[in-house]
Amino acid sequence: MTLHSRTTTTKKERRFRIGTAALPYVLLFPTVLFVTVFTLLPSLRVLYDSLFIQNQAVKIPQFAGIDNFTELFSSASFHDVLFNTFVYVLVTVPISVFLALVLALILNRKFRALGLYRLAFFYPTVLPMISAATIWYFMYTPGYGLINVFLRNFGIPSQSWLGSANLALIALMILGIWKQTGYFMIFYLAGLQGLPHEIFEAADLDGASTIQATRYLTVPLLMGTTLFVTTIAVINGFESVDQIYIMTGGGPNNATSMLLFNLWQTLFSFLDVGKASAMSVILIVVLLIFTTLNFIFTERRATYE
Amino acid sequence: MSRKIFAFLVLALLLSAVAACAPAATPTPSNVTLTFYYPVAVAGPITQVIDGYIQKFQAANPNIKVNAVLSGGYPDTLTKIQTTIKGGGTPPDVAVLLSTDLYSLVDSDAVQPLDDFVKAAGGDSFTSDFFPAYLANSNYQGHIWSLPFQRSTPVLYYNKDLFKAAGLDPAKPPTNYQEMVDAAKKLTKADGSQWGIEISSDGIPYWLFQSFVIGNGTNVVGKAANKVTFNDPQVAAALQDFADLGSKHKVMPADVLLWANMPNDFVNGKAAMIWHSSGSLTNILKQAKFDVGVSYTVGEKGFGAATGGGNIYMLKGIPAANQAAAWKFIQFMTSTDIQADWSINTGYIPGRQSAMSSQAMKDYIAKTPQAAVAPAGLKYAGAELAAHNNAQIQKALGDAVQSVLTGKASAADALKAAQTQADQILAPFKD
Amino acid sequence: MNNRRFASRSLNTLGLVLLGVVAIGWAIPIIWTFAVSFHPPEESLSASNLWFGTQPTLANYATAFKIAPFAQYYINTIVIVFGILIVQLVTISLAGYAFARFQFRGQNILFFLILLQLMVPSSALIVPNYSTIRQLHLFDTLLAVMLPFFGSAFGTFLMRQTFKTIPRDLDDASKMDGANWLQTLWHVYIPPARPAMIAFALSSISFHWNDFLWPLVVTNSESSRPLTVGLAVFTQLGEQGAQWSLVTAGTVIVVGPLLLLFLIFQRQFIESFLHSGLK
Repeated sequence: MTLHSRTTTTKKERRFRIGTAALPYVLLFPTVLFVTVFTLLPSLRVLYDSLFIQNQAVKIPQFAGIDNFTELFSSASFHDVLFNTFVYVLVTVPISVFLALVLALILNRKFRALGLYRLAFFYPTVLPMISAATIWYFMYTPGYGLINVFLRNFGIPSQSWLGSANLALIALMILGIWKQTGYFMIFYLAGLQGLPHEIFEAADLDGASTIQATRYLTVPLLMGTTLFVTTIAVINGFESVDQIYIMTGGGPNNATSMLLFNLWQTLFSFLDVGKASAMSVILIVVLLIFTTLNFIFTERRATYE
Repeated sequence: MSRKIFAFLVLALLLSAVAACAPAATPTPSNVTLTFYYPVAVAGPITQVIDGYIQKFQAANPNIKVNAVLSGGYPDTLTKIQTTIKGGGTPPDVAVLLSTDLYSLVDSDAVQPLDDFVKAAGGDSFTSDFFPAYLANSNYQGHIWSLPFQRSTPVLYYNKDLFKAAGLDPAKPPTNYQEMVDAAKKLTKADGSQWGIEISSDGIPYWLFQSFVIGNGTNVVGKAANKVTFNDPQVAAALQDFADLGSKHKVMPADVLLWANMPNDFVNGKAAMIWHSSGSLTNILKQAKFDVGVSYTVGEKGFGAATGGGNIYMLKGIPAANQAAAWKFIQFMTSTDIQADWSINTGYIPGRQSAMSSQAMKDYIAKTPQAAVAPAGLKYAGAELAAHNNAQIQKALGDAVQSVLTGKASAADALKAAQTQADQILAPFKD
Repeated sequence: MNNRRFASRSLNTLGLVLLGVVAIGWAIPIIWTFAVSFHPPEESLSASNLWFGTQPTLANYATAFKIAPFAQYYINTIVIVFGILIVQLVTISLAGYAFARFQFRGQNILFFLILLQLMVPSSALIVPNYSTIRQLHLFDTLLAVMLPFFGSAFGTFLMRQTFKTIPRDLDDASKMDGANWLQTLWHVYIPPARPAMIAFALSSISFHWNDFLWPLVVTNSESSRPLTVGLAVFTQLGEQGAQWSLVTAGTVIVVGPLLLLFLIFQRQFIESFLHSGLK
């Protein structure tokens, strides 16, 4: 079906006239082009490169099957990397989400200072991670870093946070939680405001305590938000690299080396394309699982609305 | 009509034949533009100082223009250059890179040997002015590849006031490991408010560790680029000495200490002695409210230290005209006066011995006598760890050092594991 | 019941007070950073001299500006961020319109192709994307930082969702008036989509303003380096150990304007984050 041409169309209008059949393809072309060049083809390329050995010693890529993967999975330092990444995610995600919910519950009322509270918790989201990491590197300084000064008030001696194999990862996790909790809190606040009042009034009349109401009503009703922020937190965890770059460089002794940082180091410091591609594949697979879950759950939630 | 055209064509043909046969006119010196990458690891208005040097060079060489690029830190600069060459791009003409990057650069076929240029400049009489310790990392496979530009060594800074308070002679800093431990014990307060010594092990942990090793009479690397000696009883003893400071002698906090925090701890009096780069002197003097002493780092047998810092390289694959211009620039940047001036501005040690006797340097040392100590200590220096696939090799040793200092492994075990790893990494390289 | 309500209200107030302490704790890092940036560089930081020092000074800021070209970094970042945004607004509008209002062969395949970008984040693809930039000879350019982001799956779906809510009658009426697709898009679809586009814009701006790893990988010199990489380079002046008063000054230069903007447009920022999250 073509548009009827009008005899008074100007040249400019005629230039924009494209047959309806071709139009959607033309409209989609730029987006499809960029996604193909920068997402689709690279994903395939990474899969392909991961099957070859290519590094400083072997300049011409040699086919190696899954050797890169087996070498990675049998190397102690990669075990550390995977362990650190999973610990980081498993700790920061529940704490950030839970803390965000608690903050939102407490702040879910109209009072004058609400804006200030919201500002205090949310502003870390606005900062680039690189600057947040610089600030916290300073905060963790033994002796006069604010963290240690604060702990001394409780009789805890100054710790070398970033120099201790046991504490370094914890230090990064604290930073991660500080940075993202405010962001999740905002989502919970919005979610809470969208909840129907009637249910809570009914519960109150039935004699339910605030805690009971929260546990049996609020939390289930906010499940969609919880799933959403959880997925964001997981992805943030797996993509952590800025803070490692600035604060620890992966040390001490690989205690803070995580997947994306190790990937970057393997390619740009060690020039090992094969291994770096293998790590990229692993990262993609893990993230693919989580983003698929997120998409399914939010789409399902959207259809309920 | 056609005859006229025919005649015209013949004439044109004849003229062009004559022109083709004529000898080519001697080319007028064309303008060359050099690209110069330099990393920065020290604070201060470095870009302005470099720009000043470039102005001076361009004034003396009107047909050469230098385009200077501040390319981040040393690792970033190396990465950018290596990946440029890998990707078939155009590398810069001249770059300042770590002296230890040499093997990786030669492996990537990234740098140009300087033999012919050095020979034309006088050969040995040209190179003899450079500190021999600094030229150690310039030679490979019988060629010379770089010249020292901004070098440093670790030194021992000590708080003379605290020395006096503890009954130690401030004019007699420790000359070996045992003396350092003894002094540190007198300087350590039980409540943790003052430590006798602090030596960091983050960042590039192997560098300060090498002082223990070289001061023990050996080294972790020799002249070969594909061999390292981590798994050696004297190296293990050196690592144990390092760890003992915290765990056994209790004169140092038993953790990985952070390089960035050391100068601050020193000027606050929290650490009576620290090991740090010779380049930190200016900042320490600026903040310290006490008399600062500078001496050398030690191992069991005496003084020892690894050299550090950057050399200036010429990249490969640049056109011949650029090469000649690049050599002129390299000569300029490593000349006595520039080296002295650069040293005064940045705290790096000049590459040339004659720079130490220049008037500018003499005046500076008159004001800041501590600045003369580090260059005089180069006679105790040994080669910095360098091998093929350097980043991974350095990480292997660094991880071993950190694992022992955090109590996760014994010195012997950690070094054995590091040796195995290093051998595996170096196996494909046949030198 | 009155007792319970009183108890729960005083518990709430107590909760708010405690929370106030926590909130101050949350805000301390940036406050401290700001204070230390005025600390005189000749005075070392110690447990007894933690904040402004004996005489606050602007010397650190002067030094910071001398050492690093923050103005250039700002310009680069602004060009990158708004360059990406402008192209994105065009591509997502066109693509969103195509998906919202057209039926065509291969529709679903193309839909899933674009969906891929939501599932595979760009950080996992730095290895091949870096070599693509090299092959295009775009290394160390602002364009290199922008290019991979010109197509946005998230924006496309957002526009698709938004356009679908516009009644078809308006579209048909516009066509009957003789408008071509571009005029229809511009006059009928874009205006009501403004809130969604603003939300998308704020989300895109903040993501790209704060991006670090990709610009680190594809830029090399000041002419293309954005603020995040510039700050990292600035703080890596490692040979001499940390000079915190200088580093904090650099940090304030980088985040100060951002925070100020946030303070002024707090509500719009927050609402846009919310909007962008709830697809």
